[in-house]
Amino acid sequence: MPSLVKSGAVKSDSLYAPHGSLYDSVLELIRLCSTTLPPDIVKSLSNALSTEEGGSIAKNVLDSVLSNIEMAKSGSTPICQDTGSLAFYIHYPLGVSQIKLRALINEAVQEATKKQYLRPNVVDPISGKNTGTGVGLETPHIHFDEWDKDEIEIRLILKGGGCENVGIQYALPHSDLGASRSNDGVQKVVMDGVHKAQGMGCAPGIIGVGIGGDRITSMEIAKRQLFRKIGNRNHDPVIAEMETELVANLNKLGIGPMGFGGISTALDVFCGVIPRHPATYYVSISYNCWALRRYTMTISYDRDNGTLGEASYD
Amino acid sequence: MIKLTTPISEKDIRALKVGDQVLLSGTIVTGRDAAHKYMVEDKPDFIRPYLLDGVIYHCGPVVKKDDSTGEYSFVSAGPTTSRREEPYQDTVIDEYSIRGVIGKGGMGDRTAAGLQKTGAVYMHAVGGAGSAIAANVSEVSKVFMLDEFGTPEAFWVINVVDFPVVITMDSHGNSLHKDVFEKSEKNLAKLLGKA
Repeated sequence: MPSLVKSGAVKSDSLYAPHGSLYDSVLELIRLCSTTLPPDIVKSLSNALSTEEGGSIAKNVLDSVLSNIEMAKSGSTPICQDTGSLAFYIHYPLGVSQIKLRALINEAVQEATKKQYLRPNVVDPISGKNTGTGVGLETPHIHFDEWDKDEIEIRLILKGGGCENVGIQYALPHSDLGASRSNDGVQKVVMDGVHKAQGMGCAPGIIGVGIGGDRITSMEIAKRQLFRKIGNRNHDPVIAEMETELVANLNKLGIGPMGFGGISTALDVFCGVIPRHPATYYVSISYNCWALRRYTMTISYDRDNGTLGEASYD
Repeated sequence: MIKLTTPISEKDIRALKVGDQVLLSGTIVTGRDAAHKYMVEDKPDFIRPYLLDGVIYHCGPVVKKDDSTGEYSFVSAGPTTSRREEPYQDTVIDEYSIRGVIGKGGMGDRTAAGLQKTGAVYMHAVGGAGSAIAANVSEVSKVFMLDEFGTPEAFWVINVVDFPVVITMDSHGNSLHKDVFEKSEKNLAKLLGKA
């Protein structure tokens, strides 16, 4: 059987070296996420500002939010002191070592914590002790997928604890809400979930919805929707319409920025669908605060020469 | 805009009402999940002088330590969700004679009753505005329980200047959070076709 891996293909363990080019790029990815809100979110918040009534608390809140975003970016300081839990989603070409990549990421997270791009957020549930380093057992979460491109793609989301707390999962049918196993039922439970969150998840939120799957995969698909850009619609026109309707209806609830009342309760809703078991029908909501901190880093990697390209961030 | 400086008298607190916008100055103390449980279960005395007629801030900051001087400063310091302290807050307010609680998301009926009884208010800061609020923190003067609770959950005694907050729960039983919840609940019922 011909080997796809030529001998000496991964020449350089230097790929994984601390302060090497990949390490520096990952550190920059973390800094960028923590300090610089993605342009699509900033634009959406500016649009939300223009919809709120002049002189209202809602408008003042969004004004403060936007000036904070500017201050964080210019001073390279965390937008929010809760720099969240880190989840990395990685695509890598054949020949790259998961073990070494994980070690590199752990190093970069610790360095980012020392540089105050991240707050140490890793606490032992039993002893209550904070590791202080930003890393711990299976933390940060890293998901690996191999692909056939000559590129390493690293997506990172910093998800705050306040908005994680208001996430919720429903099993359909839900009799109290009159929610059946239908698109209408899905919409009803999403409305209920966002209503329950009130301002506690730092509205206006970005709502990731997972439809189908099991208890775990349903929530996972919901969270992954948060990488979609504001305004992006599901490729399935039926789901796309549901997303559009949900945004419009959520913004009729009157919860508003930080729950002070007002128009903008949700900046967008993204639904993802995966198959379910005949007996189950889960709808999971991954609520993200207005400070949706996520970027995708792409870097070309020529495994024959062991050379890395320039990292780009989107 | 109303300007207040800690320590604050009961009279000044009773004069505040929901919707008032306040610029807060003086010494305040951060305390969140571990701190509230501790204040109820162990009633530590070391924090009393800083909380008497003072303000507790639900906040887990990003903190920088200057290695040469050993001094701390806040890098990012917005509010955390207050609702988790609901089982503790009324006891803490009463035990330590606190006049103000800063946080985000509001609190429930039990805290509302505690605010009314002791003469205190809930002050809402802008969630996520970590960098902007850190600029209002002029000094980090002391820290307690840093080793035990870690950076986010320690008691940080800080001085603030013109920290912008909105009164969303006053000492007369009014709550903006309750009002918004009830209104949005009616809207939800309409949208679900139940009203």
